[in-house]
Amino acid sequence: MTPEDRKYTESHEWVKTEGGHAVVGITDHAQDALGDITFVELPETGTPVTRGGECCVVESVKAASDIYAPLSGTIAEVNTALTDAPELINSSPYDTGWIFKIKDIDESELDSLMDAQAYESFLEHNE
Amino acid sequence: MSVKQLSKKTVLYSTHLSLNARMDTVGGFIMPIQYSGIIKEHNATRQSVSIFDTCHLGKIRISGENACTDLEHILTCSVDSLAVGQCRYGFMCNEQGGMIDDLIIYRIAENKFILVVNSSEQHTDFEWVRKHSSENTAITDISDITAKIDLQGPKSPPVLNKLLDESITDLPYFHFTYRYYRNTKLLISRTGFTGELGFEIFCPHDIARSLWKACVNSGVTPAGLECRNTLRLEMGYPLYGHEIDDTHNPVETGYSCAIARDKTFIGSDHIPDEIVVPTKLVGITLSGIQTARHGDGILSEDKKNIGTVTSGSYSPSLEKAIALGYVRKEFSRPGTEIIISAHKKKMKASVSELPFYKEASGRKKLSDFL
Repeated sequence: MTPEDRKYTESHEWVKTEGGHAVVGITDHAQDALGDITFVELPETGTPVTRGGECCVVESVKAASDIYAPLSGTIAEVNTALTDAPELINSSPYDTGWIFKIKDIDESELDSLMDAQAYESFLEHNE
Repeated sequence: MSVKQLSKKTVLYSTHLSLNARMDTVGGFIMPIQYSGIIKEHNATRQSVSIFDTCHLGKIRISGENACTDLEHILTCSVDSLAVGQCRYGFMCNEQGGMIDDLIIYRIAENKFILVVNSSEQHTDFEWVRKHSSENTAITDISDITAKIDLQGPKSPPVLNKLLDESITDLPYFHFTYRYYRNTKLLISRTGFTGELGFEIFCPHDIARSLWKACVNSGVTPAGLECRNTLRLEMGYPLYGHEIDDTHNPVETGYSCAIARDKTFIGSDHIPDEIVVPTKLVGITLSGIQTARHGDGILSEDKKNIGTVTSGSYSPSLEKAIALGYVRKEFSRPGTEIIISAHKKKMKASVSELPFYKEASGRKKLSDFL
């Protein structure tokens, strides 16, 4: 099920605000489409990101995929557990498989993202 | 209309859907690319046994008193030296020596052969063979009436034998034989594209689903074409559309064993000797986990352009990133340090010996696996 406590992009990232930061990962649909994830090129802490801009790469056995920042801000923290265990994204895309956190966000940017229901309907119409 | 609607389906299509396979278009067919995940399917093939739908591959039957002479002219490998019951890897080249396709030729009888070719090239190949054969040579496309299932892995012999009227106990690598499954005759060859001991089974359409299900019910892992790719890459086997194309000649692939030098064939005048060939296909091991991909540039340590990556993936068996690519010959020695120039970054790598994976069971004695 798609968690209802966060927002979603058309490029299959999720974003959840938590104490003024935004936690970002990829959706269950995205991890399933990528298959076995073998490598995550994490962004550097302190890097400014722009909404919709490429900020990291997730590689699976079959392909490399860019991850786009769902909101503008600065990279506050990255999930270093993914360096040794990138498969966490496959096993727990919405929880321990988070990828990075963004600070200095403008929460009004969240308004234009999809909620869980809209994302599910987006998937239905685009598959 | 979408491409998917135009794509052909194999006789096993509904079987794949019932197994919840992920389907995609490959060589003009909607094929299963994944079932339980590439790594699981890959490891099942290396350690146990898996099954692949390869019905999409083209199959061309060639017969007649001039069939052998015609094929000697069309193919790079030696044809007449094949015994009945033997098969061989070879190439079909254009007049300039560029590769039209790679294939396996089976000698069914003295004057009867089957070519197994890539799915996307089957019509081109068929027309090419027809154009260059004698008038009295019969050429038939049997792709649509012949199913092909690959059973691959060190545990494949006992699984297969349980289904057959009579066990196969002694079949050398690149040889084939016939057995019956439920009163239907199968052609079974000791070949495959995985490097593991295994069989390619040719059968009529009406028995294919039953044979597939019987294998799966015996505990065989259904495997998709994506893991067929990681398996072949670990063995360094070239793939059409990646390593095989008409801009390269067979010598550059390193498969000189598939080129008979004691005959002339279409393109032979333009196929250089191994000693003078300027580029060579090499194995590449990256220093990190991040992989190179088809089309990435290859640079020397002093940043000069020396070649192009043709395939790249994470290797599930070796747990590192591997690739194949054409490089200038002076950089082809194993151990040579090189740089992969990908879209956004450069990665350190080195030229590796092939195969990458050295433990494969494919060439071992069948009787040791019964």
